[in-house]
Amino acid sequence: MIMKELMTGNEAIARGVYEAGCNFATAYPGTPSTEILENLSHYKELKAEWAPNEKVAMEAAIGASIAGGRAFASMKHVGVNVGADPLFTYAYMGVNGGFVFVSADDPGMHSSQNEQDNRNYAPFARIAMLEPSDSRECYEMSRDAFDLSEKYNTTVMIRTTTRVNHSKSLVEYGERREVPIKDYNRDMGRTRFDAVPALSKKLRVELEKRLKALREYSEKSPYNFIEWNDKRIGIVTSGVSYNYAKEVFGDKASYFKLGFTYPLPIEKLKRFSDEVETLYVIEELDPYLERHLKEAGIKCIGKEKIPAIDELNPDIIAKALLGQKEDTIEVDPEDIISRPPTLCAGCPHRGFFYELGKIKNIMIASDIGCYGLGGAEPLNAKDTCICMGGSAGTGHGAQTIFDQKGNGKRVVAVMGDSTFFATGMNGVEDALYNKSKLITAVLDNRTTAMTGHQENPGTGYTAQGDVTTAIKIEDVVSAMGCKNVRKFNPHDLKETKDTLNWALSLDEPSVIIARYPCALKKYSNEDIEKYGILNKKYTVDEEKCIGCKACIRTGCPAIMFDTDKRKAYIDTVQCAGCSVCAQVCPANSIGLKEAR
Amino acid sequence: MAVTNILLVGVGGQGTVLVSNVLTKGLVEAGYDVKMSEIHGMAQRGGSVSTQVRFGDKVYSPIIGEGQADIIVSFEKMEALRYLKFLKAGGKVIVNDEALPSAPVQAGKAVYPKNTLDILRKKADTMVIEASKVAEELGNGKVANIVLFGALARLMNLSNIDWKDVISRTVKPKFVEINKKAFDKGQSLVPERRNNGAEEL
Repeated sequence: MIMKELMTGNEAIARGVYEAGCNFATAYPGTPSTEILENLSHYKELKAEWAPNEKVAMEAAIGASIAGGRAFASMKHVGVNVGADPLFTYAYMGVNGGFVFVSADDPGMHSSQNEQDNRNYAPFARIAMLEPSDSRECYEMSRDAFDLSEKYNTTVMIRTTTRVNHSKSLVEYGERREVPIKDYNRDMGRTRFDAVPALSKKLRVELEKRLKALREYSEKSPYNFIEWNDKRIGIVTSGVSYNYAKEVFGDKASYFKLGFTYPLPIEKLKRFSDEVETLYVIEELDPYLERHLKEAGIKCIGKEKIPAIDELNPDIIAKALLGQKEDTIEVDPEDIISRPPTLCAGCPHRGFFYELGKIKNIMIASDIGCYGLGGAEPLNAKDTCICMGGSAGTGHGAQTIFDQKGNGKRVVAVMGDSTFFATGMNGVEDALYNKSKLITAVLDNRTTAMTGHQENPGTGYTAQGDVTTAIKIEDVVSAMGCKNVRKFNPHDLKETKDTLNWALSLDEPSVIIARYPCALKKYSNEDIEKYGILNKKYTVDEEKCIGCKACIRTGCPAIMFDTDKRKAYIDTVQCAGCSVCAQVCPANSIGLKEAR
Repeated sequence: MAVTNILLVGVGGQGTVLVSNVLTKGLVEAGYDVKMSEIHGMAQRGGSVSTQVRFGDKVYSPIIGEGQADIIVSFEKMEALRYLKFLKAGGKVIVNDEALPSAPVQAGKAVYPKNTLDILRKKADTMVIEASKVAEELGNGKVANIVLFGALARLMNLSNIDWKDVISRTVKPKFVEINKKAFDKGQSLVPERRNNGAEEL
């Protein structure tokens, strides 16, 4: 039976992976990839898991593939950097059960720290690459990638971009096909999957043979097709750029649509280029296709016209290649105030950053997650952020230099619970082992919040909802040998301040753990038992309010200032009842609504 | 038919997602090719959000170019100005008469622009709807999104789609009745004949 539905690229990938008979799927959350594993977790025929980080996800999927199952991993573009170590070696080995992973890139950095073009990983690691352009292709390519992986004995990367992951288009889908788990024995392990130099030397040669076979496949792959129209303009394109190109040129150009983009079908591309007058390469970010075409001696126009920076769109293509621009209504920029994301009302990070931001002569090494928003006005409590789990490592290095300089500057590393379990704890190890004075603050909000509330090793639940061991951060750091560990409630400003002052008074490494669930999280039974439900509402007593704006300086979106009355007021719909504003009010004008 | 472009804009948490779900479901069931694009992630945390819906016989790009939106529905006043460059010549703006101060405004670093609606009316065919107020009167401020959707559906004028039926199958059962009321109310706020940018509702 065929069903038709409007799906996001991520929903479509999950459906394709499911129908392919995948046995094991794993991921670390990261925009724009997160919803792939979330959707897979609803299928009970396969095991779908959150891994602590992308390297472990890659390794677990590789292990499942070696053991004979069909295995899948998904991650955002920067996550592939984390998982690159096992990836590059497994690329030598081929597969037993099919192995497919998704690299979800983020051109334009909607929700990322860089916009690296991960198509470059495919030739670098020498693995097959598929690039879907819409949800239908996301579904079909994910479904077929496992067969391809097994037939050509290769790891397959499906490379998507935010617009493909998060846009919806129509998908016709079918049913799951069960595939028997393949046999495995030690002999296979030692002859194919044991990367000692002697074997790797042999596998390295095999790898080139596999690439040759893949090159032949690419020439006849149904994912690499030509659409003949007017031959004066030929366009070579892939991914979402294909849709943008069609939007701009319609049937006024012929298209070479590439879906299998490593290895490329160079012979077929040569024949296409011979038939057209002018050849454009329309691609987002790096000149990946263009470079390969030019290496093969194919004359084409690409990045000299189309920018290699930022997300592409039809407007940019029309302007760059046709000199066309639609008339638009101009608005005075003064009439539009920016609207950056902020910490939510009731966010447990607010109290911590409010106190941290007041401390002088410190450097705040932050990390990837909601707490990155602690750097925004008015909290202004952040110096740096590099990568997932990077705060303690960078903090330790910086502390070492400040100590050498002797300026008394202290470093506070800030990370979340999921970040701690991802790779953050390695930085803490470094600080402990190398006797740093680093203060590590773990903001444990009992979930992976920024990506939309995924479970992690500290929450006590798996991706598929089973109860499991909840690893405690304080137990981990104590076991590592940290002597100075304290927990505190970040909604309690005095407790927060006292804890920070205690850590600053020490000449040794410390770990302080702010623990309170995310205000948007669906509370688990344990959360409710331990923290209750925040359902109080606070309100400002106008008589008592002196208009000092101390409450405004907490940066809570539920508090506003009436410039005519010179009084603060609280939007009770938004107020989550955390009480931080009431604690900072010097006039005691903020109190519980029920009490009035 | 040519592709129609609908741009929904607002602030994270205002319920643009439900509207886009109802809208695209109705359009798909009516047999149109539909593409929809929205960005998740950081923007959910009180930031500016946009959802782009395109439908017709055949749709390629999932995103709407500048100067190409047939209708912009803005759930917040200032957001309408932010996205106005996407409106096509002769396009229409439906705007909720609600101001949500952004973080720089709250922090006192900027002042919320005073005459947003006047600027909008001067620059485009604008229909102002007090969706939040209407929703409160109906008994649930959250259905402001469906009030706006009612107005949008009226402007789109697709007689082949039973939107109330789509709403009934999309929202939770206990919210069906209030959402239907909100939809009717939104429809009733669109006058039969409109002069460009003249009236206020």
